[in-house]
Amino acid sequence: MVVTYSITGLILFISFIINKQKTYKAIKLALVKFKKIVPTFITMLIFVSIILFLFPDEVISNYLSNSSKIISLLLASLIGSITLMPGFVAFPLSGILLSKGVPYMVLSSFTTTLMMVGIITFPIEREYFGVKVTIIRNMVSFFIALTVALVTGIFFGEVF
Amino acid sequence: MIKKNNITRIIFICIYFLFLAISFFTGYQPGKEIAFNLFSFLAYMLKILPCAFILIGLFEVWVKRELIEKHLGEESGIKGYIWITLFAGTIAGGLLVAFPIAYSLYNKGAKLSIVFTYIGAAAICRIPMTLFEISFMGVKFSMIRLLVSLPLVIVTSILLEKYLIKKNYKMVKGK
Repeated sequence: MVVTYSITGLILFISFIINKQKTYKAIKLALVKFKKIVPTFITMLIFVSIILFLFPDEVISNYLSNSSKIISLLLASLIGSITLMPGFVAFPLSGILLSKGVPYMVLSSFTTTLMMVGIITFPIEREYFGVKVTIIRNMVSFFIALTVALVTGIFFGEVF
Repeated sequence: MIKKNNITRIIFICIYFLFLAISFFTGYQPGKEIAFNLFSFLAYMLKILPCAFILIGLFEVWVKRELIEKHLGEESGIKGYIWITLFAGTIAGGLLVAFPIAYSLYNKGAKLSIVFTYIGAAAICRIPMTLFEISFMGVKFSMIRLLVSLPLVIVTSILLEKYLIKKNYKMVKGK
């Protein structure tokens, strides 16, 4: 985070030295673009807060560690698609689940759908790319995640 | 139509915050937890989004259209995919940040398959995140994920582009 801010600050500073006008224009543009997405963003935040309440860590680990492999794989990919959590929460959680004996392939489908499929970010994605493309991209991503999970299962000897 | 949507949204948001306020005063636990989720996620996003949008603004102002067209446009070839994957790997923030960046890239002349590859790669190939992942899940796990998903992302992006060109797809303007 510190790195991101330092780099942004540095670039902004250089830009300002080279051309003041252009830099102001860039900041104005950033504000305009940000404003346009804020309403959708707030709606999304509200959904995130409710979804995270419905799927706390304990519920996720219960679902992923109690049933058969196939069922936990599907549940994992569904939970991963619905919820949204930053990597610094998701990977420690996966690490704990791994030590509890949850198969690699289940965790792979969970983390990959978490990263690639965004049901909760749907309103934002739609704003930029339209409904159709958003649906296609998410469905394709879902199948990519399942493929990744399957290959992971094969390599870790969990399938055969 | 748009107006009606806005009104529904405002009512929805008001009810939500009213619920949070009542929960706060009556000590209703689920309401408190939801409020906590809201603010922790809001804080997380507010840390990332200002940087992302400032960089997008600078990108729009400084980067020349010809440059993007040459390296990421119709003529770009395989190198374009390598460039965009490397670029995606260094940007923090995941999908939410990727959408507006992808949109700007498209408007500067990047072709659709590159734009979709960027979104996919921003989701799965971020370098800091992958290092973090390795520390919890091991190198083998992360490598399988990257080596399987990245080619699939590129191939499906190319197919999606072909399909969308046939359908005469254009992105929404002015976002």
